[in-house]
Amino acid sequence: MSKSITFKIDGATVTARAGQTIMDAADETGIYIPRLCDVEGLEPQGSCRVCTVKVNGRPAAACTQPAAQGIVVENDTLEILNYRRDLIRMLFQEGNHLCSICEASGRCELQAMAYRLAIVEPAKYPYLQPVRPIDASHPDILLDKNRCIRCGRCIRASRQIDGKNVFGYIGRGINKRVGVDGKNLADTNVDVNDRAVSPGTCPVGCIIRRGLGFYQPIGQRKYDNAPIGSEIENTRSGRGKQ
Amino acid sequence: MNPVVYKACRDFDYDGTRVLDILREVQSGLGCISGETMEMLAKELSTHRVEIEGLVSFYSFFSEKPKGKIAIRLCDDIIDRFAGVSKVAKVFSDELGIEMGKTSPDGIFSLEYTPCIGMSDQAPSALINQTVVTKLTPQSARTIARKLKKNPETSELLTRKGDGNNACLQINAMVKNNIRVRGEVLLCEGIPAEAGLKKALKRKEDAVIQEIRASGLRGRGGAGFSTGLKWDLARRETARERYVICNADEGEPGTFKDRVLLTERTDLMFEGMTIAARAIGSRKGILYVRAEYTYLLPYLEHVLKKRRKRGLLGRNIAGKKGFAFDIRIQLGAGAYICGEESSLISSCEGLRGEPKNRPPFPAEKGFLGYPTIVNNVETFCCAARILDGGAPWFAGIGTDESAGTKLLSVAGDCARPGIYEVPFGIEVSEVLDMAGADDPAIVQIGGASGDMIGRTAFHKKICYEDLPTGGSFMTFNSTRNVLGIVDYFLEFFIHESCGYCTPCRVGNVFLRERIQKIKSGLAEEADLHYLIELSNTIMMTSRCGLGHTSPRPVLSSIAHFPIVYASLTRELTDGRQASFDIQKALEESRRIAKRQSMIYDPIYGESTD
Repeated sequence: MSKSITFKIDGATVTARAGQTIMDAADETGIYIPRLCDVEGLEPQGSCRVCTVKVNGRPAAACTQPAAQGIVVENDTLEILNYRRDLIRMLFQEGNHLCSICEASGRCELQAMAYRLAIVEPAKYPYLQPVRPIDASHPDILLDKNRCIRCGRCIRASRQIDGKNVFGYIGRGINKRVGVDGKNLADTNVDVNDRAVSPGTCPVGCIIRRGLGFYQPIGQRKYDNAPIGSEIENTRSGRGKQ
Repeated sequence: MNPVVYKACRDFDYDGTRVLDILREVQSGLGCISGETMEMLAKELSTHRVEIEGLVSFYSFFSEKPKGKIAIRLCDDIIDRFAGVSKVAKVFSDELGIEMGKTSPDGIFSLEYTPCIGMSDQAPSALINQTVVTKLTPQSARTIARKLKKNPETSELLTRKGDGNNACLQINAMVKNNIRVRGEVLLCEGIPAEAGLKKALKRKEDAVIQEIRASGLRGRGGAGFSTGLKWDLARRETARERYVICNADEGEPGTFKDRVLLTERTDLMFEGMTIAARAIGSRKGILYVRAEYTYLLPYLEHVLKKRRKRGLLGRNIAGKKGFAFDIRIQLGAGAYICGEESSLISSCEGLRGEPKNRPPFPAEKGFLGYPTIVNNVETFCCAARILDGGAPWFAGIGTDESAGTKLLSVAGDCARPGIYEVPFGIEVSEVLDMAGADDPAIVQIGGASGDMIGRTAFHKKICYEDLPTGGSFMTFNSTRNVLGIVDYFLEFFIHESCGYCTPCRVGNVFLRERIQKIKSGLAEEADLHYLIELSNTIMMTSRCGLGHTSPRPVLSSIAHFPIVYASLTRELTDGRQASFDIQKALEESRRIAKRQSMIYDPIYGESTD
């Protein structure tokens, strides 16, 4: 069963085990494929589409696409870079992201991705400026839904790691959003130690720990010194070492 | 414990995969599914409130807020709009004293718009609870509203009966089939009953699949995948169960041919499903019917019952020892995306109708993880006919790549809207002539997700290799506004996107914003490049067919109606953007500062208001 698979990403030879996705194999090789909804330890869902690559010329999400013998994957090309930039811009304009006053600034994956992908125009797309309520019902955790990018990491962490169901998708289309299992967060069985609400799960500043605002000084924040993805590029064993 | 909730859960045996049916029952019993009801349901079904809320907020026919005992849903398709649905809406609104989208204070009536209900050939139309009313006029709307106020019994609304089976006891609807042209495969008279099934049972499973493959039959829903190949893939999987699902979630705007097949070729469709079951080794089938066609449910159940009685479903079908198969009906709850096969499977499983990640494909892992084939109503009907008539007969009709006939649902500005069964390869202009379109200027082939073409392309052929269609054929005359139609389609996609992936959820909103800018005459040429680039990103990065096709009306209209776009875009010689309105830009500052602009206002000073 564990026959090894080899394929190419931008000309480099990558080895994968059966059952691995293109993303898994790339990570282990030290090739970074940008992603937001996918994170170590959770089942991939392929929703943000930032990890779009071309497999034998056809677009696919690297986080869900199985690696296969002999495939030719394009990752770091101008065409794909431009798709990714468009997707990141969409995520910014869809919500209300004010980096300068956001406490996730510096460790926010959306912001870091924008820097990594060199998005320089202020606004290619129109701002949708949605009106989204803040859920401040819980004494320890605040949900600022203005910043939610619908990545579903909190939903999956709650289900797959915490064995709960604190979060879930509700609505559809542009009104699709993350709901909570109750009238508000305080009405759920969330615990402050749940993975779903712990640092590293929410990639942006939507799930906030109260009483801990701006806990990292500028200069020491996660992405202050190296761009997002360098943790994968700088290691041969990729995810295994995290 | 609420008795309605309790009964609904019991009726479906607390089965989590039947939660859609449970919610339908609760919605109709209580008029809404409130937060409190969600909690009750979650407890009864051992699930979570947020899961139930996820479903209620996904499907259009469920609502958290109370709906009227009589829900009036006016069809908001582009055809209905051009046929004057807004005047009809105004009459309902005035007579019942409620605004669109609202419920009357006494809880009796609610009034709203709904996407295409599959009656474009008899527009404007509406659903009043499950009853379909067609060819509405302000006069007939007034009569209906007054009747309902006196007697809230929707069955009293039928002033006339439809043709064919629409008039039968179990359907009893004013819907018309409007069959205009009968071809030699599906709508011809005297199709021998169960002939295909009998022949299929005499042959080996592989031979049945081989016959379908040799016929060249391709999926009639629009994607055009080889039916035989799909069946073959499902058959080759090792699994305990296999499922046959018939997709009757006919939601593509302007399509209504499946409605006619469900009405007039019901047995042929079930026969086709049974043949498929035999071919792939399935024991269980599902017919997924869109919520808008609920009025057909008693008839469909009646036909299934008859087939069971006649030994055409159940055990030892048609005397074939060991061949067991039965079919259940799954009603949808208002979601266009469920026409996409993996979303349809999600919906059958009682989940939000969101597409699944592929691979694995449904033929490998579909319904509840078992190999599943999903085919369109028309595809199953064709399959039954192929087994009877033989692959060479079927392959001899149509073109090289597109065998057989196709049912077209023709609607819009023409004298004879309705169903046309034509061989593949027919030219657009021939269809327009048959339908009596005397001033055709725009044809939308394949519904909202299809292509918009103009007069210079009316020589094109309807087939997979030229202009593919799932059946929708909308024609518009020269008085119709191209951009108005494109804008409508985008509004439709924004409403119907499941929201799972970024490009489809957000990108379609941006497409529409820019189309509206062009419509308003404030666009520049750069806006066309913007549209093309954005369309490309949406098509390349979306997760399913909805996002892969939603920009097509934009791109095809730019390609086929360049003059329309050119006449609406301009370049200002002073380098300013046409869309920049200095007065509008200053408005907010004036309000906040409570004074006017020194440069742009004639009188500088304190605001007068």
